[in-house]
Amino acid sequence: MGLVSPDYGTIFWMVLAFSVVFFILKKFAWGPVLKMLKEREQSIDNALLSASEAREGLSRLQAEHDRMMQEAHGERELLIAEARQIREQLINKAREEAAIENERLLEHARRQIESEKLSAMSEIRQQVATLSVDIAEKILKKELADRSKQESLIKEQLSDLKLN
Amino acid sequence: MKRWMYFTWILLLMVTSGGPLLAFSGEGQNEPNEAPKKFDAGKFIMEHVMDSHEWHIMKIGQTEISIPLPVILYTKEKGLSVFLSSKFHHGTKPYNGYMLAEEGPHEGKIVQANTNGTINETAPMPFDISITKTVAAMLVSLLLLLLVFLPMAKKYSKNTDKAPTGFQALIEPVILFVRDDIAIPSIGLHRYEKFMPFLLTAFFFILTNNLMGLIPIPPGGANVTGNIAITALLAVFTFAITTFSTNKNYWKHIFDAPGVPWWLKFPIPLMPFIELLGVFTKPLVLCIRLFANILAGHFIALSFIVMIFIFGQIHWIAGYGSSVVAILFYVFMTMLELLVAFIQAYVFTLLSAIYFGMAKVEEHH
Repeated sequence: MGLVSPDYGTIFWMVLAFSVVFFILKKFAWGPVLKMLKEREQSIDNALLSASEAREGLSRLQAEHDRMMQEAHGERELLIAEARQIREQLINKAREEAAIENERLLEHARRQIESEKLSAMSEIRQQVATLSVDIAEKILKKELADRSKQESLIKEQLSDLKLN
Repeated sequence: MKRWMYFTWILLLMVTSGGPLLAFSGEGQNEPNEAPKKFDAGKFIMEHVMDSHEWHIMKIGQTEISIPLPVILYTKEKGLSVFLSSKFHHGTKPYNGYMLAEEGPHEGKIVQANTNGTINETAPMPFDISITKTVAAMLVSLLLLLLVFLPMAKKYSKNTDKAPTGFQALIEPVILFVRDDIAIPSIGLHRYEKFMPFLLTAFFFILTNNLMGLIPIPPGGANVTGNIAITALLAVFTFAITTFSTNKNYWKHIFDAPGVPWWLKFPIPLMPFIELLGVFTKPLVLCIRLFANILAGHFIALSFIVMIFIFGQIHWIAGYGSSVVAILFYVFMTMLELLVAFIQAYVFTLLSAIYFGMAKVEEHH
């Protein structure tokens, strides 16, 4: 058996045994093992990916939360400001209304007073007139009881008329 | 103190380990009336690295201890004959018209014998597909592969999505190494998968045989990957797979390499010739590299052992003394061979993968 001359018996067994083992291993070992390794790697990749996704989602949620808080804060400020404004407005309005009402009442009172005054004046005037006429009547009655006095009055009156 | 004792024990072991070797070789104590047989170091080494019809374990005194292997022969006249090689009595006796040729052009092979026990020179050589030492060791390695990988694969399909445990954890990084560092970079991500079974089988086959070759007792110690038939066939497999997965561009690059001046191709097809030669030298180199590396490893390791016998022939004290140095060197060589076992398996697989990768030449250039 030469050292560098291949022996056909060895070749025969090598081809046979190696092929058999190769196909057995290919079918029952390498195939499942490589498939499993690939699947495991994929599942690890997926797990890592979903973890990072979850982390991202969490940070997104956090950001959302922060944003909402900020918004709520802003809204509260706004609401408070608005309420303050409304209060201010209301107070102002009430104040204005009160002033107007006041004015109106005053005016009314004034007018009442005026009209009361007028009616009182006219009553007084009437009273005075009646009184004057009564007094004049009484005076005339007393004056004209004497004949001469009637005549002098007529004369006086007549002279007045002439002058006119 | 403890360490000192440890060293003493090792030294003692080294010195005495030469003793049995000397005794077993039969050279240490020759009977006075028998002419001392000269120890042939070259023959001793060659017998160990070469294929044979029996698996030699050791020789105590004059008794050979070896595992007989099945002999399967076929000749037209005698038909098929199957028997154990122990029938030859270590090559001393003919059996059933066959005998082991001890010398001559067919040394170590089974030839047809004459009735008087000499080689029948005129008869044709029998068709011999015996389970020789190399074949037996190879079968053991292949069986080992099956025993390791089939249960492991079962484990994979059973515990899906679980971290590897036990032996699986030892092998898995190697599989991943073959895939991620050999196959994918050499062949490419989209094509590597169909070559993986061969690459893995070749890698573990070579590795197992290399490692088994380092174990000095059967079922180890045979020189499987240092046998030219085995390495040649592995190379032929690589060559066949490469050739069957080629594309048009590959052949275009060989016969009409682009970017090469036309006068290198036209009247004398120099470049095509060289390129075509390259197609065959690649697997040839694969075959020779593995064969030579492993064979050389066995040669060197055995040479150190042989040193003990040679010195022992001069004087028994020299034999014991040299055993210390020889064993030290032997241990060192075995460590080196351990490394070589991995490197050669890696190199063979890597180069195969590179050739597979080159079989499909991309269009751009």
